[in-house]
Amino acid sequence: MALQKNVLFACGTGIATSTLVSHAVTEAMKERGININSTQCKATEVRSMLNSVDLVVSTTQLPTDLGVPVITTLAFLTGVGKADVLDKIEATLRG
Amino acid sequence: MSQSLAGQIEREAIETGVDAASSEEVIRLLAGRLEKLGYVRPSFADAVLAREARMPTGLPMGRDSNVAVPHTDPEHVLKPGIAIATLAHPVDFANMEDPDEAVPVGLVFMLALNDKDKQIEMLQQIMLTIQDETLSQKLLDAGTANELLALLDGTQQGEQ
Repeated sequence: MALQKNVLFACGTGIATSTLVSHAVTEAMKERGININSTQCKATEVRSMLNSVDLVVSTTQLPTDLGVPVITTLAFLTGVGKADVLDKIEATLRG
Repeated sequence: MSQSLAGQIEREAIETGVDAASSEEVIRLLAGRLEKLGYVRPSFADAVLAREARMPTGLPMGRDSNVAVPHTDPEHVLKPGIAIATLAHPVDFANMEDPDEAVPVGLVFMLALNDKDKQIEMLQQIMLTIQDETLSQKLLDAGTANELLALLDGTQQGEQ
């Protein structure tokens, strides 16, 4: 039975880089046995979107006091450090 | 078969070897092109600059010359499109991940986006392009818009 997790993907506009990251992370986690229920929003809307969210993945800086795990990364855009970030995301979702 | 990136970019939306003094100059140049070609509203340039000031789009690729993907909210966009500038010498954009850090940028992809689900392929193609260091260098070295388009088209054919 695959693990089900809610992940919120944030970026400046809520439609550009968060779309890319959402696709990349959802695909990669599926291969690792985690089904992601993905939602997207603007960085400025994150605080109002946190209901039942297990993890926030963002391409831009977010407040540090959100009360849920936050991973800010450009790895899915630049390709730099992608494997490490995927390990970190998996560990956080399984944690 | 997915549409090539080259097939989605107009030659008139490409500027090679731009001698710009600042990121604002590049952004105004490309936004002007997109406006003239009917992709964005006149409000687009200022909206991109305002967004860049708060949430910048410089991507540190670990190179001397890096990449930026300036864009803004859908209400300033009439139809999806891309404009590209290669710069004669890098100008500083702020890092998307850390706005206090400057990233020297030589390759700028300006994005006019209005629907996240329809533009995912275009975005993926841009990211694959910029992650290819050899191709990125060739794009920077391209002397004309036609040469640059041929490079983008060539990659697509190479992948098929």
